[in-house]
This record gives sequence, structure tokens and C-alpha cells, in this order.
Amino acid sequence: MVRIISEYGELLLRAMGQTLLLALCGLVFACVLGLFFGMLSVLKNRACNIIAQVFVDVIRGVPMIVLAFFIYFGVPYFFQNFLNKNVTLSALTAGTICLALNCGAYMAEIIRAGIQSVDKGQMEAARSLGLPYWRAMHRVVLPQAIKTMIPSIINQFIITLKDTSILSVIGFPELVNSAKNVVADTFKSFETWALVAVMYLIVITILSKVAKILERRLNNGR
Amino acid sequence: MAVNKNKVKIHVENLSKSFHNLEVLKDISTDIYEGEVVVIIGPSGSGKSTFLRCMNRLEKITGGTVVIDGYDVCDKKTNLNKMRENVGMVFQHFNLFKNLNVLQNLMLAPVDLKKETRDEARAHAMNMLKKVGLEEKAGVYPSKLSGGQKQRVAIARALCMNPDIMLFDEPTSALDPEMVGEVLNVMKQLAAEGMTMVVVTHEMGFARDVADRILFMSDGMIEEEGTPEEIFKDPKSQRTRDFLSCVL
Repeated sequence: MVRIISEYGELLLRAMGQTLLLALCGLVFACVLGLFFGMLSVLKNRACNIIAQVFVDVIRGVPMIVLAFFIYFGVPYFFQNFLNKNVTLSALTAGTICLALNCGAYMAEIIRAGIQSVDKGQMEAARSLGLPYWRAMHRVVLPQAIKTMIPSIINQFIITLKDTSILSVIGFPELVNSAKNVVADTFKSFETWALVAVMYLIVITILSKVAKILERRLNNGR
Repeated sequence: MAVNKNKVKIHVENLSKSFHNLEVLKDISTDIYEGEVVVIIGPSGSGKSTFLRCMNRLEKITGGTVVIDGYDVCDKKTNLNKMRENVGMVFQHFNLFKNLNVLQNLMLAPVDLKKETRDEARAHAMNMLKKVGLEEKAGVYPSKLSGGQKQRVAIARALCMNPDIMLFDEPTSALDPEMVGEVLNVMKQLAAEGMTMVVVTHEMGFARDVADRILFMSDGMIEEEGTPEEIFKDPKSQRTRDFLSCVL
């Protein structure tokens, strides 16, 4: 164990950095997608609702590993063979897209449920004062919705962080992928994987604690 | 309480409203004048609240016309937000903004719609709070208020927009009995100041004392209308009599 840490510790830490980078990129775009599709699904417009529903259903219905293969291998193949264009995606880009889509779909559902959990009377009261729909949404409904959404969003962030490990299959040098190389070098799978597990555990525990503090802060403001 | 019969504030003509196949309002017509206090009574499910909500277009209208404060709410070109700035509404369940404290509740719309600067809005809001007797609650969140206090704040919030017309949707129905009085008193004061008011309520005492005119609704229609005297002393319709004998 000590040998692994001393010889491969730096490599694994750097891999953890890559994992965090990938998770962060994915989450940023996931939030944008989630907000967009979440909003589409609460609008009083059939077409918008259907678009949001299809997005969520498709992404939820496809395992992320398949999505990863599809984006990393399938899409460039499609461009090359059918459009005669050379498109190559870096593993980071493909990984980010994959995480963003996957996490975005779940975020959309969290945001939809959060907005719908706010009493309709809040929107009506705001509208009755003359506030336009989006102002009422922004000033009254969303602030209340976000408070109920926070625990689920944090949960989703943690899941997404762990899901980065799936992207080892497209060769992104995140933690699991690097650990595989370490095992191939040293044959010490017990020590290596235990170490990797502990690393994930530490990072996620820290994140959960930070999230709890954040949540409490927000609740103090009522 | 001078009713200005020359100025129609709310013109309702052949109004009808259906939810899917259920017809809730059938061919309602009436005119409400400036300074008039109209109280709508009737059994639950008779369409009173829906009628009120059609007036400021919280409900889509399926037939007929409503012109409120000069705004035709059925016309697609009408700026409903502008209309609503002039038409205050008070809800059964108060609907105070839970994420904002009392003062912020009152200031939100005037500041956001750029009707007043922050300082003007704050002064105005404090004035309105004084009017409903809740100045000391300015910094408090709605969850810390009693039902009666919440409803008085809700009235103050609507008044901060300087509305020409106030709509009340069962403002005391969700209150504990001992808190009904404080809310009704604020409404009486408002009526005395000459505000045009439409009130859906089950408070027959309020209807009798304050109303210029009472509309009795039943089955989505105005079954009978008249002064409190006419309605309470000498109801013409059997349905009105049945209803009043239940509630009085």
C-alpha cells in the first residue's frame, strides 16, 4: 500500500484532478440544460412540454455507457461516413457532453418538480400585482423552488461525480482509468482499488459537508 | 360611499366560462360603478370565485366580454399586466411571497415595475402597513404572522400599487373566527374611502353593512341582485330564500 502511494500517489492525485475537472465541466453544462428543459416542461405550451419530455425520456432510457460510446465513437463515424467531414472529439469534450446530457435530464426533472411544488397561489398573487410571467418566476417562484430543489441537486451532483468513472471506457484519464494502469503495472489490485475507493469517499464526503452548510445557510434566509 | 353612476368601472356582458365540458359561468351581465361595493354571495360551487377571477383575467374567458378599468380583457392586444397594476386582488389563502419579508412583499411590485423608486416604495409601504396596523411587522417573514395579520399584509400589498379597483376572493374564509373582524375592519375602512370593491364572501354581516349591491349567484348565474335591504328582507327568488335561511 505504501509503495503504491509513494510511487503512484501523484499520478492518482492528478487523475482525481481530471475526474473533478470532468465532473465540473459536465455539471456546469448540465445545469444549463437542466434549467432550460426544466423550464420547457413547466411552460403552458404543449409543444415545449413534449420536447422536454422526449429529452428526459430518451436520456433516461439509455445507459450512460452507451451514450458515451455513441458520442465518442458513433458521432465522428457518422460525420466521416455520411457527411464526409472529419470530426474528432477529445475524450474530455465527449465526456463533458455525455455527463451534461445525462445529468441535465435528471436536473430537468428536479427543476420541474421543484417549480411545481411551489403553491400556484404564489404565481397568481405575483401576476395579480401586474408582474409579467418571467419576472414573477424570477422573483417569487424560483427562489422558493430552489430551496426545495437543493438536496436533490446536491445528490445529483454526487451521482454525476461518481458517474465520471464510467467515462474510463472512452479513455479519459480520470481516476478509474489511471488506477487500471496502476494495477496493470503492479498487479496489486486490492491495494489500488481500496485506495481509489478511499479517494472517492474523501472527496464526496467533503462535498456533502459543504453542501449541508450551504443548505443550512439558505434555509436561514427562510 | 358615493357611487358614481356615470362611470362604469367593470362592464361584464354575456360572460361565460367553461372548464373542459363543465360550464361554470353562464351568460353573466352586470355593470359595476366607480366607488361601488359589490358583494357576491351564493352557495359553494356557484361560480363566485371564478367570476371574480375572470375579472382580472386570472381565468381565461370562454365567451362574452369583460371590460375592467377601460381594459378589454378578452382582446389579445390588451396589456393584461398594465390592467392588473390597477386592479388589486386579495386571495383566500393570502398568498404572501414566502421568500420575502413583509416589507419586501409590499415593495416588490412597485419597484420591479418601476412605478416607484426604492425609497418611495419603502415610504409608501410603511404608510400602508400603518393603515392596516402592522408597521412593527415590516421585517418579519410571513410564516411568523397569524392568519389575520397575513391577510392585512396582503391587502396592504395590493394597495401599494394604488389600484382603482380591489377584488376580494373569500378574504376571511381561511381565518380563525377571532381574526375575521380585524380583516373586515380594514375592508370597511377601504370601502368608506370610496374604493371600488368586489367581494366574494360568506360574511353576511359584512354584506349587509357595507355592500351597495349584492349579487346572489347560483349555478353559474346571477340569480338575484339588489341592495342589502332587498336581498335580506325581501328576497324574490326561492333559491335566494333557501340559501339565506341556511346561512342566517
